[in-house]
Amino acid sequence: MIEAILSQLFQTLLAVLLAPLMLGWINNCRSWLQNKSAPGLLQPYRTLRKLFHKDAVLAHNASSLFRMAPYIIFGCMVLAASIVPMVETNLPFAYAADAIALVGVFALARVFMALAAMDIGTAFGSLGARREMLVAFLAEPALLMVLFTPALISQSTSLNTMVATLGQREFALFPSLAYAAVAFVMVLLAENARIPIDNPATHLELTMIHEAMILEYSARHLALMEWAAAIKLMIYCAIGIALFMPWGIVAAGSWPLLPVATLVLVAKLLVAGGGLALLETVSAKMRIFRAPEFLGMAFLLGVLGMLTHFLLER
Amino acid sequence: MPWFEFIPLNIVIGIILFWIALGAAGLIAQSNLHYVTRILLPAGAAAGVALAATAFAAMSQEAALCVVPLGLPDLPFHLRIDALSAFFLVLLGLAATGVSLFYAGYLRAGEDNSPGLTCVQYHLFLASIATIFVADDGYLFMVAWETMALSSYFLVISNHRDAKTRSAGFLYLLIAHVGAIGILLCFGVLQAGGGDYTFATMRAVEPASAGWMTVAYLLALFGFGAKAGLLPLHAWLPEAHPAAPSPVSALMSGVMLKTAIYGLLRVTFDLMNTQIWWWGVLTLALGLVTALFGVLFAAVQTDMKRLLAYSSIENVGIVLIGIGLAITFRAFNMHALAALALVAALYHCLNHAFFKCLLFLVTGSVLHATNERSLGKLGGLIHTMPVVAWLALIGTLAIAGLPPLNGFVSEWLLLQAFLLTPGLPNSYLNMLVPVAAAALALTFALSGYVMVKFYGVIFLGQPREDKLKDAHDARGFERLGLLWLAAGCVLLGVLPVPIILQLGSVTTQLIGATISDSVVASGWLFITPIVPERASYSPLIFLVVIAAVVLLVFLLVRAFYHGRVRRGAAWDCGFPLQTSRMQDTAEGFGQPIKQIFELFFRIERHVPTPFDRAPYYQSRTEDRLWYWLYVPVARVAERLSGWIGVLQRGRIHIYLIYSFATLILLLVFAR
Repeated sequence: MIEAILSQLFQTLLAVLLAPLMLGWINNCRSWLQNKSAPGLLQPYRTLRKLFHKDAVLAHNASSLFRMAPYIIFGCMVLAASIVPMVETNLPFAYAADAIALVGVFALARVFMALAAMDIGTAFGSLGARREMLVAFLAEPALLMVLFTPALISQSTSLNTMVATLGQREFALFPSLAYAAVAFVMVLLAENARIPIDNPATHLELTMIHEAMILEYSARHLALMEWAAAIKLMIYCAIGIALFMPWGIVAAGSWPLLPVATLVLVAKLLVAGGGLALLETVSAKMRIFRAPEFLGMAFLLGVLGMLTHFLLER
Repeated sequence: MPWFEFIPLNIVIGIILFWIALGAAGLIAQSNLHYVTRILLPAGAAAGVALAATAFAAMSQEAALCVVPLGLPDLPFHLRIDALSAFFLVLLGLAATGVSLFYAGYLRAGEDNSPGLTCVQYHLFLASIATIFVADDGYLFMVAWETMALSSYFLVISNHRDAKTRSAGFLYLLIAHVGAIGILLCFGVLQAGGGDYTFATMRAVEPASAGWMTVAYLLALFGFGAKAGLLPLHAWLPEAHPAAPSPVSALMSGVMLKTAIYGLLRVTFDLMNTQIWWWGVLTLALGLVTALFGVLFAAVQTDMKRLLAYSSIENVGIVLIGIGLAITFRAFNMHALAALALVAALYHCLNHAFFKCLLFLVTGSVLHATNERSLGKLGGLIHTMPVVAWLALIGTLAIAGLPPLNGFVSEWLLLQAFLLTPGLPNSYLNMLVPVAAAALALTFALSGYVMVKFYGVIFLGQPREDKLKDAHDARGFERLGLLWLAAGCVLLGVLPVPIILQLGSVTTQLIGATISDSVVASGWLFITPIVPERASYSPLIFLVVIAAVVLLVFLLVRAFYHGRVRRGAAWDCGFPLQTSRMQDTAEGFGQPIKQIFELFFRIERHVPTPFDRAPYYQSRTEDRLWYWLYVPVARVAERLSGWIGVLQRGRIHIYLIYSFATLILLLVFAR
């Protein structure tokens, strides 16, 4: 029991502490690909440190909801980080929330973010909230469809069981999972405010979504928001790894293998980050009303994956 | 013999009579506001608690019967309480408590009707709903059903000086009666020449063939669907709910719609012994369309009560999806899965009663505080009405289906039921049902959108009108009623296992199986519908982990850094001139939905040209079904009545000629 909780804590802390590094890695890769000089892998940590030291400036109109939201969103992300198997499959917390509840945690965080954005009552805030909810209601069903395919394969929605089942299957290409993986990458881009739906590098532009929502935040509140966003990106990559590249995630109680599993995870994250940077470099941001087409395609790919599973793999 | 014996049915009858007596007591001093709000309504609320407690205990007891020699000669009323009716009585009791408490604080002198009259109609409404749940013959059921329709009709038209309210009430009454005809015919088919209209007879005899059973089911679906707001019989809902006073809208939406769900379950699972699988598929499809339709229309509404009314249509759709799945599973003899789907549907009924009553009451508080129900003129109320705003946030998160509140529990159970469909023996169903799950997921996601709009536009941002700055918070009984319902939302969300176990007796009665065994096996903390490896969810751990992390992070930030805060002007990209008019309005927030799902709406736009001297922009979003279905039907009805109207000349000698002709005819034929 104690071992289980210890390894749970290890994994959660790993995700929370490594998340800014992952972001730094992606930013560096992108800089290299775009022939810019890179800011350094540790830049996100420096930004966080700077923000935590500053005085928070709140708008006159800010309510307590606005001040609570960053903490709640951070809490949601930490919970999400503790239920996705990254290095080990038998997480005790994973019994408290399955794949559907994982989607629920993300939705909870998102609703608080949108409400906080509307709280000040500025034009940009409500614009960001509206667009975020637009992207969300298109991406959420797609994400559920993506998760349904492995859930149907493993006859379970528990993330532990799903990853364990997928990891033990023979090394072969399953068409249903291939469809689901493509759909998942599209959802990942949309949900984490990446190109082509949103541009994380943009600021003060009419096209922004995520940045528009956190425009009024400063100092520690902004730091928590940024950190939570980094953890979210990390979790999404981890879900992708756990579902579509589950090899190397060890079973419960195998202590000696834990460092190996951690190294494997880091290696996979490095590849995923590089891939993400490449995707973002070669594609352009699309207009907001093209987003339904993009996410509609993700949704259809998810459904196709599920139907393929029924047709070919049963 | 002990002086008191616990017989639930007698207590329920007593509470029904008590409610009627409270109504009659209201007539004594019709205009005495203090008497009604400080004595009668709180007493009604107390009766609600008693009803809920009694019925909760009755759920795990044997069914009890009682024959009351009232009604027509030789046609006594039969009453019966079993697990199904007890569950719905719990729902009624709990919701009625909150609404009655709120009403005690909400009722004002000089508004609508006199307090005494409202008290009569309101308590009669409650009593008739309770009677529906315990009725055990078609006769009493229909009497109670009509009493419910009429008492709620009078409540809807409380503000009868307004022509729009009157026409909304008329539409409500019309569709209620069209539905009642369906129910009556359904009972006619079900009694199948068995002699009388008691439910016991209907249980005993089966209609002659599968064809007749299908007829009975379709009639029930039509009749109860009209009450529940099933597409395309939903038109009265968005008209009647906004017209009624807020507590009445709350009760109509939270409880009255459930009478239709109750009736459908009673007919399908209790009075009929067998089900045919495609009934379930039909119900599922109708439920999906209804849910999607409801949520899309809710997203484009600009009146807060209309928005909630459309959201009720959505939730009824979700409940019907659960019932449809249960029928399909049951027809294929997959009893455990049918029980799971049914538990999801019933749990959603209970959840909806809580969060929808809460939100409708919130709109009542807002309406009283600001005199405004158009979303475009509200905003920023979290500063002036903090208590209402925080309680409304609980309702908002619950209805958006977010963990760890109650909406998510039923959503989760329903999605689990969907994921188990691969066991179905029909391969088409195997593939199509998960696609239905996809549409359901879209509905859930859209409801999040709708509720962010609802909450954000009303309570957050800057006040859009100056008068909002003087809004006052809810006090006294009003606050107590809101608190009761919000507490229910949290408790049902965090501790679902006891309720699910109690629902086991309902599924045992209707389907003969429960999910209780697997839920009990893993303790009170986890919901595990099948086995823990398959799926588990523990809202309490969920809540505790998030709360612990929030607290920890807060303390860490304070310990390592500082808690300094400065107040300044909003940044908004450095744009200096900000007014409250620059925030998104309700129309603005709904605009993406209008654009993406344009097909669903009938949109009339007036867009100014560059040369207009007085340019104006106008856009109306309407329901296509109104023009495709209701308008043609109304036209046909008007034409037919026009033809019959030819007979009506208004002159006495012409009528005498009619009588004479009739006499001659009768003489010719009846020689």
